[in-house]
Amino acid sequence: MIKEIVLNKIKSIVGADNFTTSDEHRIVYSYDATPVLNQLPDAVVFPENAEQISAIMKLANEEKFAVIPRGAGTGLSGGSIPVENSIVLVMTKWRKIIELDIDNQTILVEPGVITETIDLEANKFNLFYPPDPGSIKVCTIGGNVAENAGGLRGLKYGVTKNYVLGIEFVSPTGELIWTGGKNFKDVAGYNLRDILVGSEGTLGIFTKILLRLIPRPKLSKTILAAFSTNVDSGKAVAEITSSGITPAMLEFLDNTTIKCVEDYAKIGLDTSINSLLIIEVDGKTSEVEDDQNKIKNICEKNNALYVKIAKDENEANKLKAARRSAFSALARVSPTTILEDATVPRSKLPEMLEAIQKIVKEEDVMLGNFGHAGDGNLHPTCLTDEGNSTELHKAEKTFERIFNTAIKLGGTITGEHGVGLAKKNFLELQIGSAGLEFMKKIKSVWDPNNVLNPGKIFSLKPKCEGVLPSNKNQIKNFEEGI
Amino acid sequence: MNNFYSHLDLPSEEIISSCIHCGMCLQSCPTYNLTFDELSSPRGRIRLIKYVAEGKLQLTEKFAYEMNFCLDCQACETACPAGVKYGSLVEAARVQVEHSEYTSSLSRLIKKVAFRKILPNFKYLKLFAKLLRFYQNSLIGKFAAKILRVISKKLYEVNRLAPRVSSFFTDEIFPEKIQPLNEKKFTVLFPVGCLMNVMFAEENKDTIELLTKLGCEVIIPKKQTCCGSLPAHNGDLEQARKLAKATLESFKEYDFDFVISNSAGCGAFMKEYKHILKDDKEYSSLAKKFSDKVKDITEFLYQNYDFTQFKSEEPLDITYHEPCHLVHTQKVSNEPKLILLQIQNLNLIPLNEATWCCGSAGIYNVVNYEPALKILERKMNNIKNTNAKIVLTGNPGCLGQIRYGKEIFNMNVEVLHPVTLLNRIIKSGDLK
Repeated sequence: MIKEIVLNKIKSIVGADNFTTSDEHRIVYSYDATPVLNQLPDAVVFPENAEQISAIMKLANEEKFAVIPRGAGTGLSGGSIPVENSIVLVMTKWRKIIELDIDNQTILVEPGVITETIDLEANKFNLFYPPDPGSIKVCTIGGNVAENAGGLRGLKYGVTKNYVLGIEFVSPTGELIWTGGKNFKDVAGYNLRDILVGSEGTLGIFTKILLRLIPRPKLSKTILAAFSTNVDSGKAVAEITSSGITPAMLEFLDNTTIKCVEDYAKIGLDTSINSLLIIEVDGKTSEVEDDQNKIKNICEKNNALYVKIAKDENEANKLKAARRSAFSALARVSPTTILEDATVPRSKLPEMLEAIQKIVKEEDVMLGNFGHAGDGNLHPTCLTDEGNSTELHKAEKTFERIFNTAIKLGGTITGEHGVGLAKKNFLELQIGSAGLEFMKKIKSVWDPNNVLNPGKIFSLKPKCEGVLPSNKNQIKNFEEGI
Repeated sequence: MNNFYSHLDLPSEEIISSCIHCGMCLQSCPTYNLTFDELSSPRGRIRLIKYVAEGKLQLTEKFAYEMNFCLDCQACETACPAGVKYGSLVEAARVQVEHSEYTSSLSRLIKKVAFRKILPNFKYLKLFAKLLRFYQNSLIGKFAAKILRVISKKLYEVNRLAPRVSSFFTDEIFPEKIQPLNEKKFTVLFPVGCLMNVMFAEENKDTIELLTKLGCEVIIPKKQTCCGSLPAHNGDLEQARKLAKATLESFKEYDFDFVISNSAGCGAFMKEYKHILKDDKEYSSLAKKFSDKVKDITEFLYQNYDFTQFKSEEPLDITYHEPCHLVHTQKVSNEPKLILLQIQNLNLIPLNEATWCCGSAGIYNVVNYEPALKILERKMNNIKNTNAKIVLTGNPGCLGQIRYGKEIFNMNVEVLHPVTLLNRIIKSGDLK
């Protein structure tokens, strides 16, 4: 526990109204969207400006307590879950859009702005902010930048990092620094901006974010293709992406996912089919129509049961919204859903799909699978029960095998959710011990006292062996090394 | 497991564990959007309810406050992909709060006097309403308002907030059975409601007239009482169950095709009878039969009639506010809009955030005046931006709240129940 006298110092920095140690507040900031993991912080603070954050970081270095930055808490790798001896720093009240620069096509925002709001604002000027994680309606841009969030449109438009132009941040030792800017070309010194993107809250707390916007595509069409097997849809995906078409979105849903999504969204999805692709093409009118016809032909050639085109924007939006609900909708089947984001080079997708099917059968687990088929980023989701340790253990084993397969195929253990707490045991497997040690060195230089979101991505001290922590004691052990 | 709840109506463990804390509910929550603090979000409240249920958190004053700060608008249920029944959790938690030391004196007074004494007994209710009407119409009322303005802004506003008592009461001007004006198609039961009966009698009259024009025989049960909705949504499930049984008793003797409700809150709760009485040996089958026949008036009209033949005499710009208990609880959203779209000469302008609570939420606007006012302001701004001349909404709470909003924000808009507009447009001679 952080000492009373230190807590009082924190309180005097942010003011009594922005500081709380109440049990109720500590409880509701003890988790994010990651299953199983949680930990009570010692206090919760709502800073009002960069100076306060800076003062808190300086104090954290003096008094050696941990600071956990947090947006909407929709992360899936435990990135904003507190550790022992920590305070949670909540950024959700930072909701200002500071400047929309139409000439340079940029937008400057505070980190608590909701991701969807940015695109809605851009839309007013016929501009476009493409990254669209599943939680787009609730997540904050600060969290997106910290996790380098992806989304449905990754295939054509890339992910968050492709849109971050500049960041104002407070460093772990309390300096307020601006990096990047409106220049498209800028090679002045080390590129601090890009190491902050995806740093999972371990290298800095963002206070302003400058984003690139692009012209909005003139037209977009959404296509729905149904298949009787995952192999057929996998082949269709491979053929579409190698045919020279780059769809804005190429999403895959298996039967379990289709059923759950339809149960929630009630948009008339056919729940009897085994495999569904939701494909969006956008761009100029002639191009879109051309691509749409080509895709239709490819799907039909690969034994599609039928191919439908959404009749209007409303119908298309409903389809996309339904797809975004997939992860949470799967909870209709079981009380705990563990969603992973193993990703492979897209040519390896059919192989990966087959391997997952085999593993699921051998480990005897229930799994819903969906994901961004176009960019090789899958979301195998284990439907389990955290109250049942045998089931949970099977889920852990399944994921261990899925991660290993992904790495063997040249893939990654995480495409867009981050390593956080949930996957740090697997990081070395992918990047090797030299890579891991180098990352730790970087962290030690930026954050010599290891006070900013410690224990995420990797532990700096030897950690407990074993698999995903699944109860309080294991998590405690996990963090003891910090 | 030991919990810190003291009453039998416990929040369901099954529902608690169905929340996977993904956070998809956050943006839909009007109170979270006031504070941007997880504590006032559906996800946060579920976690608190869970901790008290597991005996890890005492039922504290802060817990009690959060449960009552929630509007119970259930917009989060619509947003929740996992299908968590949040409403029933928070309603059960409110029962626990009511049985703890942390219940506000105002809400306790309302609950004791209004829910337990006045609402269940139509004689008292009407007597009370007549006194209130006298007060509202008299010089004393105007004088009292002036005094209140000086001594307490809040009391003055709450005084203004109270809908005006109607000049007549529904059950006093209509007989028990009202014959259709043309060939009989359906027999429908129409509970005139408690508040609807005395404060929204005009809307009730419009409902009855409209139904008879459309070939319905309308039965107003003579022995009816409050349906139990208000107590149920405010932490008094015991009283709600008692009233549900009394309502079932009063309807037992009639034969009917449907039970029609023009109050979203009442309709929602009457549809719930079959769930809250499912373990009651005496009433469970009756409750099931009854609940299955309950329809919101717009749901009934849309499913059984075609409105394309009707035409408004003059072109009208209208908009539609969706009552929480209709859209989120009963999942009736398209029906009212589709009826309005069918009628010629009506221009239905989409209302931004139409499914966002107006802040009425039963007695919320009386007990939590300040947050309710902020939520109302957001609603009124959205209404203003439509430039519509008429805003329609099918729930007494919303009607009262938006009419109050119209007064305090000085807006030129007519606030009507959809049946009122339909009754204006549809003449009995129109029917084939």
